[in-house]
Amino acid sequence: MAAFSCSLGRAFAAVSKPKHSLPSQINDRSSFISPSSQVPLKQSIIFRKTRSISPKTTKISCNLEASASSTSAKTFHGLCYVVGDNIDTDQIIPAEYLTLVPSNPDEYEKLGSYALIGLPSTYTTRFIEPNQMKTKYSIVIGGDNFGCGSSREHAPVALGAAGAVAVVAESYARIFFRNSVATGEIYPLESEVRICEECKTGDTVTIVLAESKLINHTTGKEYKLKPIGDAGPVIDAGGIFAYARKTGMIPSQAA
Amino acid sequence: MQETSSQEDRLGHGSAADTAHTCHDRLSWVFFSVKTAMTMTEKILARASEKPSLVPGENAWVNVDILMTHDVCGPGSIGIFKREFGQNSKVWDREKVVIIPDHYIFTADERANRNVDILRDFCKEQDIKYFYDITDLSNFKVNPDYKGVCHIALAQEGHCRPGEVLLGTDSHTCTAGAFGQFATGIGNTDAGFVLGAGKILLKVPPTLRFVLDGEMPDYLLAKDLILQIIGEISVAGATYKAMEFVGSTVESLNMEERMTLCNMVVEAGGKNGVVPADSTTFKYLEGKTSLPYEPVYSDQSARFVSEYRFDVSKLEPLVAKPHSPDNRALARECKNVKIDRVYIGSCTGGKTEDFLAAAKVFLASGKKVKVPTFLVPATQKVWMDVYTMEVPGSGGKTCSQIFEEAGCDTPASPSCGACLGGPKDTYARMNEPQASEIPFTPHPYTYSCEISTDGFSLGFDNVCVSTTNRNFPGRMGNKEGQIYLASPYTAAASALTGYVTDPREFLQ
Repeated sequence: MAAFSCSLGRAFAAVSKPKHSLPSQINDRSSFISPSSQVPLKQSIIFRKTRSISPKTTKISCNLEASASSTSAKTFHGLCYVVGDNIDTDQIIPAEYLTLVPSNPDEYEKLGSYALIGLPSTYTTRFIEPNQMKTKYSIVIGGDNFGCGSSREHAPVALGAAGAVAVVAESYARIFFRNSVATGEIYPLESEVRICEECKTGDTVTIVLAESKLINHTTGKEYKLKPIGDAGPVIDAGGIFAYARKTGMIPSQAA
Repeated sequence: MQETSSQEDRLGHGSAADTAHTCHDRLSWVFFSVKTAMTMTEKILARASEKPSLVPGENAWVNVDILMTHDVCGPGSIGIFKREFGQNSKVWDREKVVIIPDHYIFTADERANRNVDILRDFCKEQDIKYFYDITDLSNFKVNPDYKGVCHIALAQEGHCRPGEVLLGTDSHTCTAGAFGQFATGIGNTDAGFVLGAGKILLKVPPTLRFVLDGEMPDYLLAKDLILQIIGEISVAGATYKAMEFVGSTVESLNMEERMTLCNMVVEAGGKNGVVPADSTTFKYLEGKTSLPYEPVYSDQSARFVSEYRFDVSKLEPLVAKPHSPDNRALARECKNVKIDRVYIGSCTGGKTEDFLAAAKVFLASGKKVKVPTFLVPATQKVWMDVYTMEVPGSGGKTCSQIFEEAGCDTPASPSCGACLGGPKDTYARMNEPQASEIPFTPHPYTYSCEISTDGFSLGFDNVCVSTTNRNFPGRMGNKEGQIYLASPYTAAASALTGYVTDPREFLQ
């Protein structure tokens, strides 16, 4: 998973300056899509003028390495909410709420208020109190296969809209992981051990991203996390589009 | 220079990948071919990314042949597309975007209705060629363009072609892999990107191979096969991997059965599923598509992560017990589980073949169902088939007649229906449990067939046998609902007895 996210970051970051000149208006799709007369999209990503494009991703430039580590200076501190294995997207955001369109700001907020509402009643502490829109738990701790089920992007969006900043799980379902990175809504972090069995809802935790570490202040224990890798800068920037604009791969937003 | 292939590429000339070979020396040709032995998934992605070869783990920018979206994720994807590419931007190809309202259609929910309107406005503005619109919700039949469940509509309308790359904003997009293509689900942001760019960055998945051999017993369906596999490898067993289905049994399956097989690939965590295209595929496609296509096949020396072999003749009808698709059990071992309803529908179990199968069981029994039995044809075409196709051995009766005689509910308007719950007024949704005397709080991590000791379920009046694809808590509505996933044979048999029932009770 880290390898995928690496290349996702790489692909967008390998270009510090676009090859072709970009018109100021994003309306002109030829600036982004490549008609044959212009530089093909793939060349603008794996960016070597003279060399032929090798199927293997080439070594990243030093620029990227530096920028990758410097943007991972984030620390998250807050209460954690602990769930089990196979938390599927129907539990994260039940289908009846999918009429809400996440790209609409009002509905984005509403979506957040329903995050994890699908958890069974055995979860006696709810993620969001009734009549509240936001959660007091900024970190969700899970087990295996977090986010399995549907491809609905509403799942990571709801968690992010509710106020969660990171999920720390043993493993993820692929579409959920991909959606988390693409939207930049939450950091999908991976633990090395089953911390869902050692933490309790309400524990105070700190995540130090640069050190790939989670500290549980309530129990006093520390845990190693797998490095977020190049997915980090993508999420830092606010998702795949924001990252692509930040690195100059696509033009900045026109008015 | 040609690659070694286990089967000839069907339409003559080699793929674009072949022309990229530059070596002419015979020895190095042999070496080069061995080096580039690929699975069919790897080949499809290599061709679509215009590379001579790819290996699992590599990331590649892949050209997209078809992007599908529906009423739940379409508006969000469109919002992102417009926000990122500009309000006046045009989609990369108006003929490659297929927009299919299907999820929340026959409902009074205003937002759901508005979402279909958003799709319509976008399609008008973009002059989208394939938009299967519905405007009159009171009668699906007066909407000539409306199809129904997206994955079935894609197949029936000829949008699934061997060798192509098809993406959809729905996890069950993997269904299309039945046509020998790469098909997978993506989120709104990825879809927004594809709408503008016509490409997507994908990591090439390694492939798990499933060899299914042996004659298919007449009480088994593809649903039993995939439940067997998911039970074997678990809900995360195929995460980030491709699942390739081969073998004599697979070859004997018709297209709809192959679609059922590939449909639940995502339930094992799989990225995509594939079935090699053959004469069954080509026959199905005749008259459905006018676009040329070029199938690909796994090389003899292609490498797979693992290979699983099944002797299908030894398998028995299965269910997936609450609350996970990998909670596999023999149907006959759950015969004490009293049920409250049966649901036959969805992309997994609401196709023509699925209804024919259910009808076969009702016909064999001749009796009436003991619990409410909901029938939701996936598309208009399926609905028509249910009302017109003759069931073999019935003396000319249609499925609908057999269903009526058995006391099933009238087949409903085609859509995704209650498979995923939906708005509260969705037909056949599992809403509040009926009152019961004994409270029963199921622990989320223990599932049991032993709910009852004396043949009566304790507590909630809330047990459903369904031909759908997921049974996580709350999937069909109410969180306490107990959903047993099953084949249409098993679902029909269960409806007849009021308990989870092995269809051999009626089919042998």
